[in-house]
Amino acid sequence: MPLTQHHVVPSETPMQNNTASVSKQSVTQAAQAVLAESAERGGGVQMFGIDKIYAGSTTKALDNFNLEIKPGEMVVLLGGSGCGKSTALRSLAGLEDIQHGRILVGGQDMTSVPANKRGMAMVFQAYSLFPHMSALENVEFGLEIRGIGRAERKRVAMEKLELVGLSDQAGKYTQQMSGGQQQRVALARALAINPRVLLLDEPLSALDAKVRVQLRDEIRRIQLEAGTTTVFVTHDQEEALAVADRIGVMHHGRIEQIADPTTLYRRPTTEYVATFIGLSNKIPGSSNGTEAEVFGHRVPLLDGSASGAAVNVLVRPENIILRAQASDTPGARAHVMMIHFLGSLVRVDTIVDHSGIPVTVQMPASELPTGLRNGSVVTLEPLPIPALAA
Amino acid sequence: MAVNTTSASHTPRAATRQAGAPPQLRAIRVHQQRIIKTVILTVTSLFLGIPPLSMLIFTLRHPLSGRWSLDPWKAIFTADGSALGADLSTLWSGLGISLGLCMATVVIMLLLLVPVMVIAHIRSKRLERIIEWVATLPLTIPAIVLVVGLGPIYRWLSTDVLSSNPIWLCFAYAILVMPYAFRALTVGLNSIDVLTLCETARSLGASWARVFFRVLLPNLWQSMLSASFISISVVLGEYTVASLLGRMNLQVALYQLGQSNSQISTAMSLLALLFGVLLLVSIDLISGAMRRSKENNQPCL
Repeated sequence: MPLTQHHVVPSETPMQNNTASVSKQSVTQAAQAVLAESAERGGGVQMFGIDKIYAGSTTKALDNFNLEIKPGEMVVLLGGSGCGKSTALRSLAGLEDIQHGRILVGGQDMTSVPANKRGMAMVFQAYSLFPHMSALENVEFGLEIRGIGRAERKRVAMEKLELVGLSDQAGKYTQQMSGGQQQRVALARALAINPRVLLLDEPLSALDAKVRVQLRDEIRRIQLEAGTTTVFVTHDQEEALAVADRIGVMHHGRIEQIADPTTLYRRPTTEYVATFIGLSNKIPGSSNGTEAEVFGHRVPLLDGSASGAAVNVLVRPENIILRAQASDTPGARAHVMMIHFLGSLVRVDTIVDHSGIPVTVQMPASELPTGLRNGSVVTLEPLPIPALAA
Repeated sequence: MAVNTTSASHTPRAATRQAGAPPQLRAIRVHQQRIIKTVILTVTSLFLGIPPLSMLIFTLRHPLSGRWSLDPWKAIFTADGSALGADLSTLWSGLGISLGLCMATVVIMLLLLVPVMVIAHIRSKRLERIIEWVATLPLTIPAIVLVVGLGPIYRWLSTDVLSSNPIWLCFAYAILVMPYAFRALTVGLNSIDVLTLCETARSLGASWARVFFRVLLPNLWQSMLSASFISISVVLGEYTVASLLGRMNLQVALYQLGQSNSQISTAMSLLALLFGVLLLVSIDLISGAMRRSKENNQPCL
């Protein structure tokens, strides 16, 4: 892909000088690498040192936000309310003005390009179909703007409606469609313009659980078929784990960790990520930075773990063995507080004797010791699987 | 302390007791409610109906001779008042001016209010509140006070900028209709998710002009129609500003005609009133038809 006049090296602009934490040199190197890669492959998103403060607020909604997405990749931004995930998406779409930083798409500087010229398409949480148009007309809308002839527009629109399984609903209006159908049409409409980047802002949040799972899988299937670079924002970690190539966990306006779902779950780099993704027990122990002692057992530690005589070791519930009675082997004696049957799995809430630390253990239902009930005395032993100490 | 029986009767338990009352008692209550409804409807109908009915009788029965005739109505529909010794040219001129004023006022109102309200709705709730306050001002300022302010402006407009043509009253009328038009447009804006629609269209590549004309206006036309009809009704009935500024319009013409032939004047007033009522009823009919159309198209999947 030839470089256009939009191509810039971010560090050469005055705006970049204001970016606090990203050094000029690193940004320059990153941007140059990105430009080269984008020129070769023709896509991808890079957001460097983005700062965003809403009018009337003193808190940064985005604080030195950095994100790189490879062409054709689906990245999910995951986080709690107010973490800045939607702001990041809207900034990428051009719907929010940013105070600092640079946004590159396919190597082109998009920072000051208006939303309608960015070649992206967005699906919103709120149903956003144009009420005065039928499903077909909605899908045709973006094509009409691009000056595509009526016959061709109809062909493409029908093709996209077929893709989302709604070709037989083409003539229907919003009030005649269910929420799931409306979001499918919105997805077809977004895909019809063949966007450089597809932006999904919690598109499933307004739907009921069954439709949500169904549409979630469809979105992933369609994204893989179309090969469109996609950014998906959600607060639902199950949704994120199910569809993402990579997940960026956001906290306080920046990405705490970005990685594939397995890495994110097994090798969290911060306490926030470890506790936000899945369940983690916070067990007091001592650490030398590479190993920790938990309930008298040695547990290897992940990179970035804290060291000291009093640290919290974040151990997943499935990485703790529960023995039915007190034993002489090292471990913590505890009492069962509650047993939750989750179908194929079972979760046992316990309280460690003397210290009163709550510890949750999870195991296959078939491995639940017989006769275990609330109040039973058990022994807890951590497995030697790497954990994070904080 | 006495037990408050009134408030007790409004409690859910009281309502349940009422619902479970014997059938005879329930029938009496239903009958009582029907009587109250009938009385209210009758009083309201009399209050609203007697003046136009009196006007109609006045146009048909000569006030001095007591003779019943359709002559005033014939004069209007044949455009010839000579038989009754009335010159109707002023009336036609006033009617023409008022119709022109209706069109000009509606155009100015729509051009001014729709874009401003849409922008305020999208950009700033605070700005929207300020616009609401400004738009409501003409309701709180008496027309005569308004004229005191408008007088010098119109003197300057008619001598230095435009002319004394009454059509330029449209600027003053655009202010007068603002409170009513604002309300009608607000209802339309609140019935759709303006911001999401705008952002969706923008993200699909639409320019602001296209967002406005292709996405927003088609969803606001009903409220724009309501705002226009209400504005037309206000302009057709406006007398004070035109009279005090010395300009001609339908109501001024009717007043002047009333000096020579009050029957024709009253008949024409009645027609103007009927036209205004028809406009307002048509808003209701259009809204009802749209609502029914939507309901009929809802298989609820």
